[in-house]
Amino acid sequence: MRRIGVFVCHCGTNIAGTVDVKTVAETLGKEPAVVYATDYPYMCSEAGQNIIKDAIKEYKLEGVVVCSCSPRMHEATFRKAVSAAGLNPYLLEVANIREQCSWIHKDMEAGTAKAIVLGRAAIAKVQLNAPLIAGESPVVKRALVIGGGIAGIQTALDIADAGYPVDIVEKEPTIGGKMTQIDKTFPTLDCSSCILTPKMVECAQNENITIYSYSEVEAVTGFVGNFSVKIRRKARFVDENKCTGCGVCTEKCPVKNVPDEYNLGLSNRHAAYIPFAQAIPNVAVLDKNRCIKLTKGKCGLCSTVCSAGAIDYEQKETIVEEKYGAIVAATGYNPIKIDGYDEFAYSQSKDVVTSLEFERILKADGPTDGHLQRLSDGKQPKTIVFVQCVGSRESGSSHGCGKEYCSKICCMYTAKHAMLCREKYPDTDVYVFYIDVRTPGKNYDEFYRRAVEQYGVHYIKGMVGKVAPQADGSLMVQASDLISNEQLHVKADMVVLAAAIEPDKSARPLATMLTASMDTNDFFTEAHAKLRPVESPTAGVFLSGVCQGPKDIPETVAQAGAAASKVIGLLAKDKLSCNPCVAHSNEMMCNGCSSCANVCPYGAITYADKDFSRRQDGSMIRRVASVNEAVCQGCGACTVACPSGAMDLKGFSTSQIMAEVDAICK
Amino acid sequence: MQEVMKKRASELLADGTVVRVLGWKNGEFAYDPTPAVFQTVESLEAFVYNDFCASNLSKYLIKFLRQEGKTLVFLKPCDSYSFNQLLTEHRVIRENVYIIGVPCDGKVAEDKLREKGAEGILGIETEGDQIKVKTLYGDLDLNKKECLGERCLSCKSHQVVVFDEMLGENGEENPDCGRFDMVEKLEAMTPEQRFEFWRGELSKCIRCNACRNICPACSCEKCVFDNPASGISQKAAADSFEENMFHIIRAFHVAGRCTDCGECSRVCPQHILLHLLNRKFIKEMNECYGEYQAGAEAGSRAPLVNFTMDDCEPSIIYTKEAGK
Repeated sequence: MRRIGVFVCHCGTNIAGTVDVKTVAETLGKEPAVVYATDYPYMCSEAGQNIIKDAIKEYKLEGVVVCSCSPRMHEATFRKAVSAAGLNPYLLEVANIREQCSWIHKDMEAGTAKAIVLGRAAIAKVQLNAPLIAGESPVVKRALVIGGGIAGIQTALDIADAGYPVDIVEKEPTIGGKMTQIDKTFPTLDCSSCILTPKMVECAQNENITIYSYSEVEAVTGFVGNFSVKIRRKARFVDENKCTGCGVCTEKCPVKNVPDEYNLGLSNRHAAYIPFAQAIPNVAVLDKNRCIKLTKGKCGLCSTVCSAGAIDYEQKETIVEEKYGAIVAATGYNPIKIDGYDEFAYSQSKDVVTSLEFERILKADGPTDGHLQRLSDGKQPKTIVFVQCVGSRESGSSHGCGKEYCSKICCMYTAKHAMLCREKYPDTDVYVFYIDVRTPGKNYDEFYRRAVEQYGVHYIKGMVGKVAPQADGSLMVQASDLISNEQLHVKADMVVLAAAIEPDKSARPLATMLTASMDTNDFFTEAHAKLRPVESPTAGVFLSGVCQGPKDIPETVAQAGAAASKVIGLLAKDKLSCNPCVAHSNEMMCNGCSSCANVCPYGAITYADKDFSRRQDGSMIRRVASVNEAVCQGCGACTVACPSGAMDLKGFSTSQIMAEVDAICK
Repeated sequence: MQEVMKKRASELLADGTVVRVLGWKNGEFAYDPTPAVFQTVESLEAFVYNDFCASNLSKYLIKFLRQEGKTLVFLKPCDSYSFNQLLTEHRVIRENVYIIGVPCDGKVAEDKLREKGAEGILGIETEGDQIKVKTLYGDLDLNKKECLGERCLSCKSHQVVVFDEMLGENGEENPDCGRFDMVEKLEAMTPEQRFEFWRGELSKCIRCNACRNICPACSCEKCVFDNPASGISQKAAADSFEENMFHIIRAFHVAGRCTDCGECSRVCPQHILLHLLNRKFIKEMNECYGEYQAGAEAGSRAPLVNFTMDDCEPSIIYTKEAGK
């Protein structure tokens, strides 16, 4: 039996408040193998660590159990301490008596009893711990950024700037994302395209950046430092290398009635198209669902007029395979579909628009060439009503599409829209209906106050109950004014809905591929909400932009840079120390059935025919599994899939887990 | 059929296509033919095939996996599913086996014959729906359907799913076999009733290991129950009623791999309804992950070792309304 030391942490009152730590230490001290047991207010402090180090030497400890917080928190700390005292770091076990005990219990007696049981399980396990030695794995010095909006662009630029190659995968034909569709940006009201386009161009020109536009991530395997990614490049039926972006094909294309995604369907484009003038890459795309040549085999006009010979109707989608050391998710957002909000008459009237549609109306390259017009009759609206929080901050969603969270950007862009209307068309009456106006951020509140005080926008606290299209083309807006406690009826010409934003639909399947966790709203979860906000809990996966949570452009850019610096920090290393808690197979028991290889998410298991001939049994060649320890991440899926129990996980062996269960059931 | 099979076996042995034939020969009693290997044309004299030849030959192929030369095997529909499953698990090598499919419309169980008063059984002859059982005390004409083994009464498929050549006409799947009827009845019971049922069944167990030894899915190099290091045998013994654990653990180990060939129940000397445990798993998986038949095709990914985006996510604890 190993000589075990037990160290019980008070964690101030975090543990000691609900668990009688003295009793825990005393009781565990009486366990057969335990030669030393003590408690201390903060085991993770230097003094606490010294208690462990001294005890290891003084009592010749061969195994250490620390009863403290989750191993996620301080396992590394205590492993270092144990290691400094000359013990193998894997001869340490952490019994989690904080998150799994004191924090969730109120009763001291029950909490103490449970802490003792958890301690006993750890003691039983550490008896069977094997000393493990971590190996090393090399780092592929290349990063992948998934999503080519401002978040992805900024992250890629920063990584490239540090000298590392980086690839951007963008599912649309051009990079740029939502920011390309926006007219002006708050709080300075500078033109969105004017500040974004240089960055897009820089991406195209930077020799460290490769842009895979019109492409999607198909599969991800591997692990931190060594991801293997399949990228599906969709067929655009135009040779990217030959196309000069002259646009002749897009003008001559006879199919003219395809809803234009760039204008959110408010205008039409051709089947051959370049999304917008500043597109990067500036290359045409043929819409395979609408192109006459591709659907019916006739036409071929674009090919005739293309002087570069870039049109290729036979182009097939291709798969690119590349290795990466780090992956950044920057998949962005979309406004929610608000068809469910019948009360706002969005599907009934062309003059009820979402804020992003309103952006397109205001922008010079939009459906109205930047003139503020009603989409129904082209007239300039005299009264505009803005409705905030459409689908945001909705509890117990009655519409089936509302979100509980605050979309964060709507207060500011609505103030911007209101201000722009009043600036350009001073004869317009502008109403904003709000629940709260939230404007934290540098110069944000000043911006909002300007809208109210300088531009005379009518801000009214209260929600709009109904928008009713009238026979004369106007919209009757019925709302409540909560401050003066009265019902209002506003005859408006246009209603703008600040729709909530939600993560892009591509995020969920991507998270599955990356084994990155998500919250219930499909935002990526960060490794630590406060201290590791740009890292996913999955090592080597980083988060940039709105895919992690709602944020505006300055915040997105800041987070994009932060994600880039984390990536750079990773790529700067030549080698990563591996997790030694990996699987291994007992060849004498392995049947060669491949169940383990089938479930292995990392492709770490291979099979080979081995000679097991023995004199007494004669020739015997068997198919057996072997684990590539550098690739195995120790998830343990193979150990449960193996029907004969030949697979086991170092550090979490079946016998160790059985010993824990036995100790708990004792 | 026996003579046709013998003839093909002789031809294939003679022309060197195969070096051995896996079939059946008479056992100690006529109603108990046993799997046998024939290496010469002469030895095929002893080859038998009749309605007593119930045993599944697929598992025996594992033994010949690495031996020189091809093995000829006769596979009934049930056996062919097992063969595919063993192929999926790399326990047999397809190229080393020559498969002759033989149709099957059910095998006769000796205990059913006894119920009908047959004693001193010497042989069996089948004539369509009728069987003639030869006994020491004279011949007995019986309706075959009434004498079929338990598993054959709810046969899932009369189709041989893998073969190099087929003797006679191949049958079809039988989706309306009602093989889950009894499982549904058990599900409809209260937990207490169900516990009583299983105690009643499993307490008959004498731990002869016949079910495990015959099971084509139980093909481990070393069974966990024979391995003191696994800690399982010891755990099973922790309950005075350790057969509980034995059969439940075994059912878990073959979950998703069991083709429902029914050999476990057939060979059980205590007539325990072991196949019901496996069928419960199959039913459960079908309900959670869509219809899946282990062994229907080689190389298929069983739902328990596969992940698809459409996988349901049943919570760990859930209640099911009876009959649903």
